[in-house]
Amino acid sequence: MKTSILALGFATVATMAAAQDKPVLTVLTYDSFTAEWGPGPAIEQAFEAGCACDLQFVAAGDGAALLARIQMEGAASDADIVLGLDTNLTTAAAATGLFAPHGQGWTNTLPVTFDDPVFLPYDWGWFAFVHDKTKLATPPKSFEELAASEVKIIIQDPRSSTPGLGLLMWVKAAYGDRAGAIWEGLADNIVTVTPGWSEAYGLFLEGEADMVLSYTTSPAYHLIAEEDATKAAAPFTEGHYLQVEVAGKLAATDQPELADAFLAFMGTEAFQAVIPTTNWMYPAVTPAAGLPAGFETLITPVTSLLLPPDEAAALRDGALAEWQAALAR
Amino acid sequence: MASRAGALKPPVGAALVAALLGAMTLGTVAVVLGHAGAARPGAADWAAVRFTVTQAALSAAFSGLLAVPVARALARRQFPGREALITLMGAPFLLPVIVAVLGLLAVFGRAGVVNDGLVALGLPRLSIYGLHGVVLAHVFLNLPLATRMLLLGWQAIPAERFRLAQSLDLTPGAQFRHLEGPMLRATLPGVMLTVFAICLTSFTVALTLGGGPAATTVELAIYQALRFDFAPERAATLAVLQFALCLTALALGWSLIRDTGFGTGMGRRVEMPAPGGWRRGMDVLAIAVAAGFLMLPLGALMIRGLAGLGELPAGLIPATLRSVAVALATTALTTGAALVLALAAARQAAGHRMFDAAATLPLAASSLVIGTGLFLALRGVAPPSAMALPVTVAVNATLALPYTYRLLLPEARALHQGHDRLAQALGLTRGARFRLVTLPCLARPLGFGAGITAALSMGDLGVITLFAAENNATLPLFIHGLMGSYRMAAAAAAALILMAVSFALFSIFDRIGRHVAA
Repeated sequence: MKTSILALGFATVATMAAAQDKPVLTVLTYDSFTAEWGPGPAIEQAFEAGCACDLQFVAAGDGAALLARIQMEGAASDADIVLGLDTNLTTAAAATGLFAPHGQGWTNTLPVTFDDPVFLPYDWGWFAFVHDKTKLATPPKSFEELAASEVKIIIQDPRSSTPGLGLLMWVKAAYGDRAGAIWEGLADNIVTVTPGWSEAYGLFLEGEADMVLSYTTSPAYHLIAEEDATKAAAPFTEGHYLQVEVAGKLAATDQPELADAFLAFMGTEAFQAVIPTTNWMYPAVTPAAGLPAGFETLITPVTSLLLPPDEAAALRDGALAEWQAALAR
Repeated sequence: MASRAGALKPPVGAALVAALLGAMTLGTVAVVLGHAGAARPGAADWAAVRFTVTQAALSAAFSGLLAVPVARALARRQFPGREALITLMGAPFLLPVIVAVLGLLAVFGRAGVVNDGLVALGLPRLSIYGLHGVVLAHVFLNLPLATRMLLLGWQAIPAERFRLAQSLDLTPGAQFRHLEGPMLRATLPGVMLTVFAICLTSFTVALTLGGGPAATTVELAIYQALRFDFAPERAATLAVLQFALCLTALALGWSLIRDTGFGTGMGRRVEMPAPGGWRRGMDVLAIAVAAGFLMLPLGALMIRGLAGLGELPAGLIPATLRSVAVALATTALTTGAALVLALAAARQAAGHRMFDAAATLPLAASSLVIGTGLFLALRGVAPPSAMALPVTVAVNATLALPYTYRLLLPEARALHQGHDRLAQALGLTRGARFRLVTLPCLARPLGFGAGITAALSMGDLGVITLFAAENNATLPLFIHGLMGSYRMAAAAAAALILMAVSFALFSIFDRIGRHVAA
C-alpha cells in the first residue's frame, strides 16, 4: 500500500516535470471561447499537435473584461496573447502600449478592408435583428421602417455590452447627425435594454419581443444545432455594421516565437474551419471547402459598415449621450 | 468570577471579524482608489443614484410590508404542507438573477400567463418593463427572505405572553398592539434595511426589467467604468457613494429599532391563537397569494429546465462539485463569523455599533469593486487563476454574512437579556454556556442563515469571472457560458440543477436548525 502511494507520488512529480519541460503559451480569452462546446478545445488540440508546447486558455469573462484584466495586470501579465477584443475596444487596447505589432502576412477575407498592424482578426459577423419567421412574416427593412412599425425589439446596453455598442455605432455610421432622431423614433419599439447579449437573446426566445439585436449568423445556430429553420435575420437597406473579433500579442510575452506561431496558426484552415459552428461567426479566412452546410441560407448584406477604430472611439461618448437622451424620455 | 471576567472581556474575535469585513469592503475600495485617485460624480451619476435609491426604497417597503400579513398568517395557522412552503420560500432568493427574471417573465412577461389571461378576457396587455417591473422582481426575490425574518420574530415572542394575552381576553387588535407591534418595531426596520441594501446593488434586474436607460443604477455605472472605460477612479468613487447610501440607511435603522422588552419565557413554543371569521379568510388569502406569486415562476422554471436535461454538457458535474465545495467552505466561514459578531453586538460589547456597520456594509458592496480591489492587491502574490476559488469563498463569505448576522441579532439580543444573568449566576463556563444555552437557542436562525449562505454561495457569479481560468468554472459561470453560446435549453436545465442543489443545501441546513431548536 505504502509503495503504491509512493509510486503514485513519483509518477505525479514526473508528470509535473514533463509538463514543465514544455513551453507554455497562455492565451487570455473570453468564457465562451474556452467552453467545451466552444472553439477552444479543437484549436488547442490542433495547435499542440504541431508546436511541442502547452497551449493554455485563461478565460476572463467577456470581451470587455479582457481589456480591463490586461490593464490591471499591465506588463506583469502571464498572458502572451489576448484573443477576443472587438474593434470597439482596439483603440483603447492599443493606447495601453501593452501590445506589440503582429508582423503576420496572411490575408483575411473580411467584406471590408481590415489591415491593422497590432490586431489580427480571427472571426467577424454582421449585426442584425433576428426574428421568428412564423411570428413576424414581414420584418421591417430599415431602421426607419422599424421605427414606424409596431414591431417590438430588445437591445443591449452600449454601456455594458459589445453588441449594444455595435448597434450604437451602426445607427451612427448609417445616419450620422440624424442618429438621435432615429433613436427617438425607435424608443417606443424598444421593450427593454439588457446588460448583455445572453439576457436579450434569452428574453427574445421566451417571446418577450418580435426581434432581438444579434448577428446574421444567429439563425445558423438554430438551423444546424437545433434543426429549427424558423429564425431569420432581417436585411436592412442601410447596410449592416460589422463586429470584428481580433487577437493581439502582448509586448511583454516571454514566448515571442510561440506567440508568433499561434498568430500564424490563426490564419490556417485548422483554426478557421472550427469557428463557424462553435463561435457561430464567419471565419476571418473562408476555408477552401467553403462554409458549413446551412450557412448558405443566411442573408448576405450588400453594404457592410465599419467605422475605423479611432473614429468609432472618438464618436462613442457623443453617440452614447444621444442614445441616452432619446431613450430616457 | 470567571464568567464575570468573561462578560467584560473585550470582544477580540468580533473585532477581528469586523476588521476583516472592513478590509473586504472599504479596504478593496481603498485599493482601487489608491490605484487611480478619486473622481467627481457627474450629472448622470446623480440621476443613477436617484433611480437606485427610489427602486431600493420601494422594493424594501413593499417586501417588508407585504411580508407582515404573510408571516403572521404562517405563524398562527397550521395546515398540511406548511413546513414545505416555509422551506420553499427560500427558493427565489437563491436563484441566479437572470434565471429568476426568466421565471418571472414566464408569468408576467409579454408572452406570460398573466397577459395571455388578460388577452383571453379581452383586456389590454400589461407591460412588466419599467420601475414597477423592477420593484416586482425585487419583491419576488426578497419577500421570502423578509417573511422568514419576520416569522423568526413571531416565533421569538415568548409563548407565555400569548397565553397571558389569552387569559386577559385581549382582542386580536389589542394583542397586536401589545405583542406583535413591539416585535415588528424591533424586527421590521432590520428587514427593510436588508432588502434596501440588497437592492442598492441591483444590476441585472434593474437593467433587464427597467425598460431603458432611465433605469440606470449605480452598479451599472461601476460596471461601465471598470469594464468599458477602465476608469477605476470613477468606479471607486461610485462604490464609496453606494456605501454612503447604505450607512445612511443603517443609521436610520438604528434610530428606529427598539427592543421588544418581552423578557424571557421558558423557550417553549405553543401555538399562537388563531382567530376565526374574516381573519381566517385574510390569512388564507395572504398565504395563497404569496405562495402563488412565488411558486408560479418557479414552476415555469422547472418546466423549462426539465426539457433541456438531455442536452447537458459533461462539464456540468465538475462545475457543480466545485460550486458545492465553495458553498460549504463559505457556509462554515460565514456562520462562525456571523455568530461571533452577533453575540458581541447583542451584549453591547465595546464597539458594537462598529460591528453592526461592518456586518451591514457588505450588502451594499459592489462585487465587481471587491473583485477589482482584490485583483489589484493580490496580483503580485499568485497567478489569478490559482486564487479563483479561495477568492470566491472569501468574497461569498463576506457578501453572505449580513444575512446570517441579521437573522441572529434579534434572537441573540433576546438571549442575552434573558439568560445572561442566570448563566453568570450559575457560573457556567464559556464552553458550557455556548453548548447548553447559546447554540440551542440560536439553532433556528443559525440553520436558516447557514442554508441561505450555502445557497447564495451556490448561485453567486460574484467575482469569479475576474479570476477564472480554463478549469475552475463554477456552476453559475457554466450556466452563463451556456447562455452566451445560444444554448438556452441546456442553460435552463443547468439552472434547474443549480436550483435543486442550492435548495437541497438550503433545506438541509434549515432543517438541522429547526430540528435542534424543536
